[in-house]
Formats: sequence, structure tokens, C-alpha cells
Amino acid sequence: MEAVVDRARAWAQTERHFEVDAEQLRACLLAVLPADRVLCAPEELAPYECDGLSVFRAQPLAVVLPQSEDEVVAVLKVCHEMGVPVVPRGAGTGLSGGAMPHPQGVVLSLARLNRILAIDPVARTARVQPGVRNLAISEAVAPYGLYYAPDPSSQIACTIGGNVAENSGGVHCLKYGLTVHNVLAVRGFTASGEPVAFGSVAPDAPGYDLLALTIGSEGMLAVVTEITVRLLPKPVVAKCLLAAFDSVRAAGEAVAAVIAAGIIPAGLEMMDRGATVAVEDFIHAGYPTDAEALLLCEADGTEAEVAEEIARMKAVLEAHGATEIRVSRDEAERLRFWAGRKAAFPAAGRISADYYCMDGTIPRRAIGAMLEAIREMESRYGLRCLNVFHAGDGNLHPLILFDANVPGEWERAEAFGVEILERSVALGGTITGEHGVGVEKINQMCVQFTPEEREAFFQIKAAFDPDGVLNPGKAIPTLHRCAEYGKMRVSGGALPFPELPRF
Amino acid sequence: MTDETQQRIISEWQKRLHTARERRQPVRIRGGGSKTHLPWCRIPDEAVVIDTRAWRGVERYEPTELVVTVRGGTPLDEVEALLAERNQWLPFAPPRFRAGTTIGGVVASGLSGPTRLGHGTVRDAVLGVRLLDGRRRVLRFGGEVMKNVAGYDVSRLLVGSWGTLGVLLSVSLKVSPVPPASATRRFAMTAVEASRQLNRWAGQPLPLSAALWADGTLWVQLHGARAAVEEAGVQIGGERVAEDEADALWQHVRDHREPLWAVPDGLVLWRLSVPPTAPITEVGARFWFEGTGGIRWVVAPPDWDGFAYAAQLGGWAWRWQGAASRWMSARPETVAAIEARVRDVFDPDRLFGDGPFGEG
Ligand SMILES: Cc1cc2nc3c(=O)[nH]c(=O)nc-3n(C[C@H](O)[C@H](O)[C@H](O)COP(=O)(O)OP(=O)(O)OC[C@H]3O[C@@H](n4cnc5c(N)ncnc54)[C@H](O)[C@@H]3O)c2cc1C
Ligand SMILES: Cc1cc2nc3c(=O)[nH]c(=O)nc-3n(C[C@H](O)[C@H](O)[C@H](O)COP(=O)(O)OP(=O)(O)OC[C@H]3O[C@@H](n4cnc5c(N)ncnc54)[C@H](O)[C@@H]3O)c2cc1C
Repeated sequence: MEAVVDRARAWAQTERHFEVDAEQLRACLLAVLPADRVLCAPEELAPYECDGLSVFRAQPLAVVLPQSEDEVVAVLKVCHEMGVPVVPRGAGTGLSGGAMPHPQGVVLSLARLNRILAIDPVARTARVQPGVRNLAISEAVAPYGLYYAPDPSSQIACTIGGNVAENSGGVHCLKYGLTVHNVLAVRGFTASGEPVAFGSVAPDAPGYDLLALTIGSEGMLAVVTEITVRLLPKPVVAKCLLAAFDSVRAAGEAVAAVIAAGIIPAGLEMMDRGATVAVEDFIHAGYPTDAEALLLCEADGTEAEVAEEIARMKAVLEAHGATEIRVSRDEAERLRFWAGRKAAFPAAGRISADYYCMDGTIPRRAIGAMLEAIREMESRYGLRCLNVFHAGDGNLHPLILFDANVPGEWERAEAFGVEILERSVALGGTITGEHGVGVEKINQMCVQFTPEEREAFFQIKAAFDPDGVLNPGKAIPTLHRCAEYGKMRVSGGALPFPELPRF
Repeated sequence: MTDETQQRIISEWQKRLHTARERRQPVRIRGGGSKTHLPWCRIPDEAVVIDTRAWRGVERYEPTELVVTVRGGTPLDEVEALLAERNQWLPFAPPRFRAGTTIGGVVASGLSGPTRLGHGTVRDAVLGVRLLDGRRRVLRFGGEVMKNVAGYDVSRLLVGSWGTLGVLLSVSLKVSPVPPASATRRFAMTAVEASRQLNRWAGQPLPLSAALWADGTLWVQLHGARAAVEEAGVQIGGERVAEDEADALWQHVRDHREPLWAVPDGLVLWRLSVPPTAPITEVGARFWFEGTGGIRWVVAPPDWDGFAYAAQLGGWAWRWQGAASRWMSARPETVAAIEARVRDVFDPDRLFGDGPFGEG
């Protein structure tokens, strides 16, 4: 792990250096917050050293745990005046190092701003603080027959503030959209502590769409302190169909065929055999473990609507070579079908010391080709990879298995991941579908965007945060970094696409 | 269009932007010329015009990927006809106002038709853009895939930017399968009853697609799976409207046609966007609403202050026509300052004018 910590330090140092007097900073924070909301001791800071991507770690100078907007503003003002980096943090489940601390900065945890402020069942909205957990919203509005649609697999833990910052998705987003489609308005503060509000509970808002810029901005444009979400009526029933295939390519083609038939499933997920076996050993969902690929295909709506759609989906899958099809007979069976898919990450954790989750998105038609390419990479890098997919939207989550205690394995896992991401761009896709760039994919941003596009991103950042203190160094690589990365790639020579075409 | 032709047109436009900047001349982006009745789209005599109509064509259409990539000057009609061949559509049904509306204009104006209630808006459907900005940079954001969080979401920033940040060279849009069945139901109701009823329905799993209340009548369009539309029709009741009458009605609403959108001389048309459950009062000389009550149209005397009225309801207003010192509700100072700096990113010299955003 020591090597990993060094890398994080090196990351911070290639970016701008901040001169900060740690003692003075802590004194100023203690002047605006009660002592139990300012953490400074190394053992208190330890849990905050990383997010869900634990290979990247750094120790901040302090962690603050404000309990009100006023306290958030007070912290922002102290840091702004002293020129101290501020890294917002929700539950720390992020998978790209977005909430990784800055070694000369403060971690601003929003976890204690965790109240649901208002539920309006008639207007179908809920106004919540950023530290509210994703699932807690749906639980709170369930008595009204409503729910909040985006459902990341981490939904029992991750916060709505983190969802906004990452534009998180879930297994139902092909039909119901991502965070950006389900958040109506946010309130928050700029790095200098100025209040801002974007979006509206009206059907639209005047002026430029700054809400869209804020969603998915990885905590770099504003600190969000209040969110109004759209709620949807719960479908009367949902049914899930499980289909087995004897090749990943056939399963990939079946996915395209479902869409071509004019069906938008409520969920459309795919797992390869490695993932199926790992999950089955763990959860006993009853998956056929001899199939090369499984599809989970969900229909929701009224009874008649679901019956109609399941019949159509079944016909398409049969015509495209499904070797076995099961339709959930009741809610318990439907949940069992999903339980396996939702446990894919922990299942990987069970069979391997560590795993590294990738997040590229590619056109659906390329799914089969991508899986075959990954299989070839497995043997080249000497590491196993389990594949789970939000197949409906072409979002891949290859889980590369490695052991950080075996010298060289992490480096190989990382190179493997990089190759998948750069292949995603080459196939007309993107390096990140929903987990964000953070520190993890910052080099691949050099591959996906031109210097002028990256310049525009920096300019947008400066439009919100002219002093550059909010989560600095994340998501957008400097020209210098990309030049260095270019050199590394050429001299390393290991990459199969020296001149990747941009999509 | 060959690569050379594209390169030639872009260079030509870059040159025009450069000269305009040197000479301090305004630049205006002209698509189909279909929104000429909107005062902020008026092109000043001294302006350099970038006419996008030569910049047309579908770059890529992948029905199974649910995405179409189209050059900015492509007529909307052409795109819709192409999608219809594969039984797909742009579900936000943008207004056309007049023949010739371009995709660039659709995205730049950010306007969506009545089906936004059930199928979302143009903002929801935008996946990626290619832009020629006021600094003469050709930039690409987003892409053709459904999920993409690499970099800030500039594609959506450009929706509703009214040509003030740059020329939309191409746009990738998410398309949808046309739902198999639709039906329109009619009810005699007051505006207050209609909005209350609609909000109640919207909280239930019904395939609501569009709604309009005008002159004591509520019209509701259902759109979805055959079974769902049939069941919902029975559930909500009302009177079934014949198919061609319903089609004519929704086209009318989509394109803001007269007589409903007719504004007598001396009166002013306002578009209010307010929380759908805000109290409904039939203000002005004429009043009608779309959706569950969130988009309210008011024909009012010239001295009526739609901005103040909408603010009181928790929303905002758009003065839809006529000379005015302001067309769109003002934003708080901190937000306006960020908007101005965002404009600096793409058009520091303010070549493209203020669109509907500034003081008139
Ligand atoms: C097992 C597992 C499964 C997952 N499944 C999914 C999935 O299906 N779909 C998906 O999209 N993601 C998934 N994720 C990733 C992760 O859960 C999401 O990115 C989530 O939105 C992060 O929320 P968080 O509260 O943990 O945020 P953090 O990790 O604490 O922070 C994430 C980013 O948001 C910023 N941030 C947090 N709060 C605020 C705020 N209030 N204001 C401004 N910026 C803020 C941080 O600075 C950071 O950049 C998964 C993660 C795990 C561990
Ligand atoms: C009274 C009056 C008289 C007029 N007389 C004339 C005249 O004589 N000659 C003339 O040429 N025009 C005239 N116009 C100009 C007319 O306003 C513009 O042609 C038109 O508004 C530009 O948009 P559009 O109608 O093509 O609509 P759309 O194409 O729908 O465009 C609407 C908005 O989108 C922007 N836009 C369109 N395409 C793009 C793109 N690709 N990228 C970025 N932004 C884009 C436009 O700048 C505009 O803000 C007149 C207007 C008025 C009100």
C-alpha cells in the first residue's frame, strides 16, 4: 500500500501547490465550529483518507462535519480566505477518488446534513439535505405510492449530494433517466461562500442551465446543500426475465434486438459467466452457471402492460438464441433475480483480495466485441476479470481481480483498466458512464478531449470558483499533465492504440 | 457533405467571426428563420449572419443505439421523417412555428412541445454536441452514448442558450420508439379543477403524455402500451376524442398556432413557468395552460407585470413578444455573475448578443 500512498502524494504535487499553515487553519475552523465537528488527529482522519477507490489515499489537514448550512458557509469562508483546498464528501462510496482528500486541504463532510426537509406528494417532489441517503428518499415517500428513480447499487449508503456530484445512475436509468433527469433544483454555495440556486420546481428555469453544469461536476463547481428531487409513481407491478446465452456475443446482439423491437425495458443488465459463478457461490440466486452470459430484463407498469411487454421481450430473446428463459413468478423471485446482480461487487470481493471496477460506456452494438477484447486482455495481463454491465445503456463494469499485496499486481490491474477505457473511447464511447473521473481517470481525459476542450472545462471551473480551491486537481487534467502522459504512453509502448481516433 | 466541404464552411465561419470581432460587428446565427416572431431572435441590420442551412445532413442514425447525430442546419422535418421510417421519434416534439425549423434552432431554443409532460424535454434527450464558439474553437462535448460523465455537461448548457454561446455544428439526440397506442380524452372542467385532477393523475402510474386546459375544456393525451392506454382511458373517464381531431389539436398546441395562440393588437403574450401546484387564477384577457399547470399562457394588457406575478407564484416569466426592456425573469446577482462568466468562456467579446437573457 505504501507505493499507492506515494502515488497519491505525487498526484497532488503535480497539480498546484497550496501553502497552508495547518495550525492556523485548525484554529480558524475551531473558531467557527464546535470542537466535536472538527477532526484533526491522525486516527480521526484515517477513515477519510479515501473513498470507495481505496488504492488512492491522502491525509487531509482536517475533516469538518458541519450540521447546518451556516456552518458550511463558515467553513467555506475560512478556507477561501486562507486559500485552502476544500474537498466535499458525502458517504465516500465514490469509485474514482473524487472525494479523496487534498493533502493541504480540508474535507467538508456533508453527511450530517441529513434531513428530509419537505415532501410534497401532490407536486411529487421532495426537498432534502445532501447527506440524505439515496434509498432513504424512496423509503420516506413510499407511503404516498412514490419513489425516487435513480437507484445506484450503493443506494443504501451513498448520499443524494454525492449522486448529484457524480450524476449517478442505476439499473433503471434506461427508462427513468439519470440523476440529471430526476433532480429539479439545487441550492448551495460557491467556494467563496456565496449562496446560489439552480433549477426550479417549475417545468423549467430562466437563463443558462447551470443546474446541468453542476450535476456531474464532482464537487468542483459548488457545494450543494439542498436538493429538490422529482418523485415518480410506483409501478403497479414489475416482472423480471432471466435469459441465458451460450456466447457473450449472442447476448450482446439480443440486447440490441430488444431495443430495435421498440422496447425500453425498465432494466436490462448483463453478466458474463465469471460474474455469474462468483455471484451464485455467494448469493445462491439460482443462476444457471453453465451459461456464457445472462441477461436480466425487467418490465414494469400495470398488470396488462407488463404481460404484453414480457411476451414481446421473450419472443425477441428466443429469436436471438436464448438457451433458457425464466420469468419471475412472484415478487420474491424477482428480487432473487436482482439480488445476484446487485451483489456482484461484494461477490468479487469474496473471491479476490482486491478488485478494480471500471466504468466505460460503449455503443451497445460493441458489447460483444468489447467482452472478447477483455477476455484477450485477461490472458495478456495475467489477471481475471468479471463482467457486469448496465447493458441497456452500454455501461460496462468490468471487475478486475488482483491482490495489492503481490508486487506488481496493482500496476498490472491499472494498466488493464486503462486499456479498457481507451478501447471504450476508440469504440465511440466514453471513459466514464457514471462513476466520474476523479483522480482515477484523469489521464484518460487527455485521450478523450482535445487541449481546447480541456481549456474550456478549466474556464468553466473558474467561472464558478475563480480561486480554484474547490476540489482542485480532480477530473480535468492540466496541459502539463497530458503532455507528461503522452510521453509516458509513447515510451511505455505497451498500449495497442498509439493514435486513438477521437469519437 | 465531404470533409473538405465541412472544413471549408467552418474556416469560412471562423473567418467571419474573426472579422466581426475586429470590426466590432454583432454576429447572429440563423437557422430556419422560423422563430422570427420572437423579438430576441431579430437580426440587427449591421449583423454578420451565420446561416446554418448549408450545414445540414444526418451524420449518423443508429436505430438500435437510440441515437441520431445531426448537423445544426438540418430541417427538423427531415429528421422526424427519417426517424418515422423506423418507428422512432423525438419524444419532446419541439415546436415548429413555421416550416424550415432546424435542429440547431430546436436545441438552441430549448423549447419542447406538449408531450414533455410524459416524455421529457429536449434537454433530457441531448447526449452530445459539436460547437463552434465565439473564440472560434471547434469543441466536442458529450457523445453518442446514453451515459457519460467525462467533463462538465456542456451539451445541456447549450440547450436554451439561444445562439449566444456559439454555433451548434452537430447535436446527438436520444430518440425513442413511438409508443404503440395513444388516445385523447376530453373533460368539461374549470382550470382549478383541471390542474388539481391532473396532479392527482400524475401521481399514479398512468401513461399521461400531454395535457392542455383552455376555454373550460381539459384535453388529456395518453400514450403507451396498448393495454395501459386502454385501462387508463377507462380509469380517467371523460369523453373519447376522435383520432384526427386529437391529432389536429396536439399539432396546434405544439406549434403555438392560432386561434389559441392569437394575440389581439395591443395585448401581450406571456409564458409563465411556475410550480404546477401553485394556485391557479385565470388572469389576463385570456388564459390557458399546458401540462399539469406548470406552463401557463396569459394574454394581458401591456401594463401587466408577468415577472412580478410569476415570482409571487414561485416561478418565472417570459414575455413572449413585443418590444420590451426585459424578456425573461432576472436571476439573483450571484447567479447572474456566474452566467456572465460562463458567457466569457465561450463568447468573451459578446459577438452573439444577449438572446432573451439580457436587458432589451
Ligand atoms: C458497491 C458500490 C456500487 C456502486 N454502484 C453504483 C451504481 O450503480 N451507479 C452509480 O452511478 N454509482 C455507483 N457507485 C458509485 C458511488 O456510490 C456513487 O458515485 C455515489 O453517487 C457517491 O455518493 P457518495 O455520497 O458516497 O459521495 P462521495 O464518494 O463522498 O463523493 C463523490 C463526489 O461527490 C462530491 N460531493 C459529495 N457530496 C457533495 C455535495 N454535497 N456537494 C458537492 N459535491 C459533493 C465529492 O467531492 C466527490 O467528488 C457504487 C459504489 C459502490 C461502492
Ligand atoms: C420582424 C422581424 C423581421 C425579420 N427579418 C428578417 C430578414 O429580413 N432577413 C433575415 O434573414 N432574418 C430576418 N429576421 C430574423 C429571424 O429572427 C432569424 O432568421 C431567426 O430568428 C433565427 O432563428 P430561426 O428562426 O432560424 O429559428 P431557429 O432556427 O429555430 O433558431 C432560433 C434560435 O436558435 C439560434 N440558432 C439557430 N441555429 C443555431 C445553431 N446551429 N447554433 C446555435 N444557435 C442556433 C438562433 O440564433 C436563434 O436564437 C427577422 C426577424 C423579425 C422578428
